[in-house]
Amino acid sequence: MTATEGSILTPADLAGNGVHGNDPDIHGKFGIFGGRYVPEALIPALDEVAAEYEKAKTDLAFLREFDHLLRTYAGRPTTLTEVPRFAEHAGGARILLKREDLTHTGAHKINNVLGQALLTKRLGKRRVIAETGAGQHGVATATAAALMGLECVIYMGAVDCERQALNVARMKLLGATVVPVTNGSQTLKDAINEAFRDWVTNVDHTHYLFGTVAGPHPFPEIVRDFARIIGVEARRQVQELTGRLPDAVCAAVGGGSNAIGVFHAFVEDENVRLYGYEAGGRGAETGEHALTLTEGSVGVLHGARTYVLQDEEGQTIESHSISAGLDYPGVGPEHAWLKDTGRATYEGVTDAEAMEAFALLARTEGIIPAIESSHALAGALRLGRELGPDALILVNLSGRGDKDMGTAMKYFNL
Amino acid sequence: MTTLHAVFDKARAEDRAALVGYLPAGFPTKDGAVAAATAMVEAGCDVIEIGLPYSDPLMDGPTIQDAVHRSLTNGTRIADVLRTVEGVAKSGAATLVMTYWNPIDRYGAERFARDLASAGGVGTITPDLTPEESEPWLAASKDAGIDTVFLVAPSSPDERIARVAGCCTGFVYAASLMGVTGARESVSSAAEGLVKRTRANTALPVCVGLGVGNGAQAAEVAAYADGVIVGSAFIRRLLDAPDEKSGLAAVRELASELARGVRR
Repeated sequence: MTATEGSILTPADLAGNGVHGNDPDIHGKFGIFGGRYVPEALIPALDEVAAEYEKAKTDLAFLREFDHLLRTYAGRPTTLTEVPRFAEHAGGARILLKREDLTHTGAHKINNVLGQALLTKRLGKRRVIAETGAGQHGVATATAAALMGLECVIYMGAVDCERQALNVARMKLLGATVVPVTNGSQTLKDAINEAFRDWVTNVDHTHYLFGTVAGPHPFPEIVRDFARIIGVEARRQVQELTGRLPDAVCAAVGGGSNAIGVFHAFVEDENVRLYGYEAGGRGAETGEHALTLTEGSVGVLHGARTYVLQDEEGQTIESHSISAGLDYPGVGPEHAWLKDTGRATYEGVTDAEAMEAFALLARTEGIIPAIESSHALAGALRLGRELGPDALILVNLSGRGDKDMGTAMKYFNL
Repeated sequence: MTTLHAVFDKARAEDRAALVGYLPAGFPTKDGAVAAATAMVEAGCDVIEIGLPYSDPLMDGPTIQDAVHRSLTNGTRIADVLRTVEGVAKSGAATLVMTYWNPIDRYGAERFARDLASAGGVGTITPDLTPEESEPWLAASKDAGIDTVFLVAPSSPDERIARVAGCCTGFVYAASLMGVTGARESVSSAAEGLVKRTRANTALPVCVGLGVGNGAQAAEVAAYADGVIVGSAFIRRLLDAPDEKSGLAAVRELASELARGVRR
């Protein structure tokens, strides 16, 4: 019996162990990006996580367990849905959605947390902490912690707690402690600061279950590898359905995990263009946005060298987005590298464009997307008009919009 | 300008540990920080660390976070930090800047090292700069003739301590505990062992920080370390004072208590 019999995945698919390339160097560098800028106290813990992950990613028993959870718990493989009525608004281009919204807990975040929760057990740690913006990573982490009997503490900006009250209640119901973070901008970046403070204090028994492809090495690599199943499945599914690869792959980019997850399997397909859509907020010109890659500059935030929204003295500038999950002034270092090498293209999508796409998908296809994912949908509408009716576009529908109904009610006066 | 070397020589000659005080620039006000640090020096601090306020201080506890937030709200810029260093250096203390890496990265490593040296600063403490990423800063600091200080922690294995100490020129900063900055009821028992392990890997002075806040704790640490670092306890005095004058009196009193502690 092979490790993954009955599954659509091979061990290499699951682990991403260099089969598709683009692994960082031993210091966690993607070109000049990534690395580690953290208090020395955390270095042994990061080394420990990196060493354990190196073993886990080629350990068939570990991969088998991860695969089993993905299939029987998370609901993988997720389906691919063609959306012709939506695509009429994209110049007639053919649009396919990778339905991460149909996973258990309603967003792609479940992939990463199941992998890291298994890793936590391998590390012999009994407590997990996590940051969350929209609450999706917090809910996913609380879910995995409940499943595996781990103590769970979630740090969430006080502003986000208010925006995403439903997710706060879900986390509590799942047995997690939710700590509202009231310093700084009270959003995702401050939740990450607070989670790091907890980690450095409790590192002997706690794993920081990092939620995106940012942060110090090895998090960008680990989170990517656990998320890359999205692209691995989608690449196969698109070929099965259409007999070819897509012309373009679209994803929303906040920290960048869903985007890396869907991009990674396509990085070596030179004819497949990769498009990441950042939150343009109220517009680039207003300064109220989360356009880290398109308007930011290279710096260090949360332990890695990457693009950052910062002023001329290196102070982080607070981001803005209608979508809590994209409201982050940093971005994963691998995206910074994909941008600088020209392999991927990053553009902004405003709050207004995202909300228009949000409503359009609901009305034309009966799918209510997360506002995060709506940025990718808006990008696909724009791209379809550019590429014309022969274009085949894959969009990562990273999550469902149930959590966003409060925002939608206000925005559309529902 | 008093060098770190001179400070530790003097302390050793007096058979005591050096006293290192921390305050962020711009707190409680731009001038208030110079006044408070000067009071600390007059009352017995040998070294002053001027904090460069940063928006994302991820190894600081609530007290320093609060002070830094106020400083940034007051509009503190790097030019103000350098002016603060200039003002404090006049008091006769060896004056360092403690900063997260990104502000230097953005300002330019060479430019920052040069400007700090011109302001009379003798070096930096960089809590989130790892040896792996330190090369540009070590080079710039060497060129400008300023010292570098990096941190070791109780979790650091010996080979890591050796590597970190190899990046230091002024002293090695031993974080007494696993956690963020802030005064604690007792000094972590991990500190003494860490100092021992650090000494085995370097001839540089070893100073202990994190969690030290009163004279008794200073005395305890001074028994095994070359220097005692106190930050949050000074800030707490300033935060709790009803006005600037009583704030100055309070930091002066604490510095005197700590200075007696390191001489016990």
